[in-house]
Amino acid sequence: MNAELKQALIDYLLAMADDELILGHRNSEWCGHAPILEEDIAFANIALDEIGHAIVWYELAADLSREERDIFANRMVYFRGAPDYRNTQMVELPKGDWAFTMLRQYLFDQFEMVRLEKLAQSSYAPLAEAAAKIRTEEIYHLRHTQAWVRRLGLGTDESHRRMQTALNELMRYYEQLFSPSLADTLLFQANMVPFQTELMVHTLELIVPFLVEANLIPPRGSNFVGPNDVIYRHEHTEHLNDLLSNLQQVARLDPMAKW
Amino acid sequence: MMSKAVQEIWQALDEVKDPEIPVVSLVEMGIVRNVTVDDTRVIITITPTFSGCPALHIMKADIVQRLSILGYANVEIKTTFNPAWSTDWITESARAKLREFGLAPPPIHRGDLTVMLLEVATCPYCGSTNTSLRNSFGPTACRMIYYCNACNQPFEQFKAL
Repeated sequence: MNAELKQALIDYLLAMADDELILGHRNSEWCGHAPILEEDIAFANIALDEIGHAIVWYELAADLSREERDIFANRMVYFRGAPDYRNTQMVELPKGDWAFTMLRQYLFDQFEMVRLEKLAQSSYAPLAEAAAKIRTEEIYHLRHTQAWVRRLGLGTDESHRRMQTALNELMRYYEQLFSPSLADTLLFQANMVPFQTELMVHTLELIVPFLVEANLIPPRGSNFVGPNDVIYRHEHTEHLNDLLSNLQQVARLDPMAKW
Repeated sequence: MMSKAVQEIWQALDEVKDPEIPVVSLVEMGIVRNVTVDDTRVIITITPTFSGCPALHIMKADIVQRLSILGYANVEIKTTFNPAWSTDWITESARAKLREFGLAPPPIHRGDLTVMLLEVATCPYCGSTNTSLRNSFGPTACRMIYYCNACNQPFEQFKAL
């Protein structure tokens, strides 16, 4: 693998890892606060899984960088500032209400499911193997969040209103997950990753009818592409700073701490 | 043919228990995939049950600890996702132990997880199939929570993967 391609793959893995880490951390904020005990258990598990998946992607990036896995992952998570994070804005937004949280997780899960199916065919074997593995776990996430979207979308006036409000807000950010970068084109040509536009088309084909069945109307229908809306992955809202100051607090106070 | 040293290591690893289910071993769970020994070191290849399983670090430490008793100081542990771990690999002996432990073993799915999700869970206490799913997630990443309507007992099932 030439240096340029390798760097593109490391960047791709870091972007995936950062999305999972930040979403997992946001989800973990519900631990002890979810609406019912069963959901507290379920959602803490989902948070743990997403953070676990982040570790898998950081480790693959570490292997490519020829760095020790734990050291690399810890450095990426605890010692980077917000501008160096490559997560999308959608996952860093505050957890909001239960409707917002569930809908965000559903949208992310469905996107991930489509991407993992494609990545399982990657010409880079370690990526294909990890994607195939993670996909089996994501089946449980998607089933869970789909049930909540249906329940709240078709529930009371209030639950429906909250879901529609969350959808209007989230769809503005969702598109960023599908924004291509120049590096993606290199990786696509090497059959390592799917084409972003293809992911978008597949994901929309799945989420739009599902949302409509749950009585939720995507604000711009099935065509959410807006040429003025491009947000780059180094651009963040102020919320990421708040999240990182919490996530990195102990590590920054005592960089040698072990737990 | 397996060398005596390799055989001895497999036997030792069969005594290392799953930290979250202390009645079954890492070998019975299908977590240990390969053992090789050369002059200077032992390489153990394991595969995570769940990719983000927090018990993985404990498993690695337990393996190193157990092999140090055998006199192996240089043990390297590799992880692999190829092929991805499947609950179908859990041995029959381990399934019986899980049941005894109060944990319903996962249904055999032969790769089709979607069909498997429709399977009825059997209560490990009374054997009834009159059970209902309460939570697809449980106290650890690998368990889900059911309720037995026959003996009025909540129980956990190992999540099929």
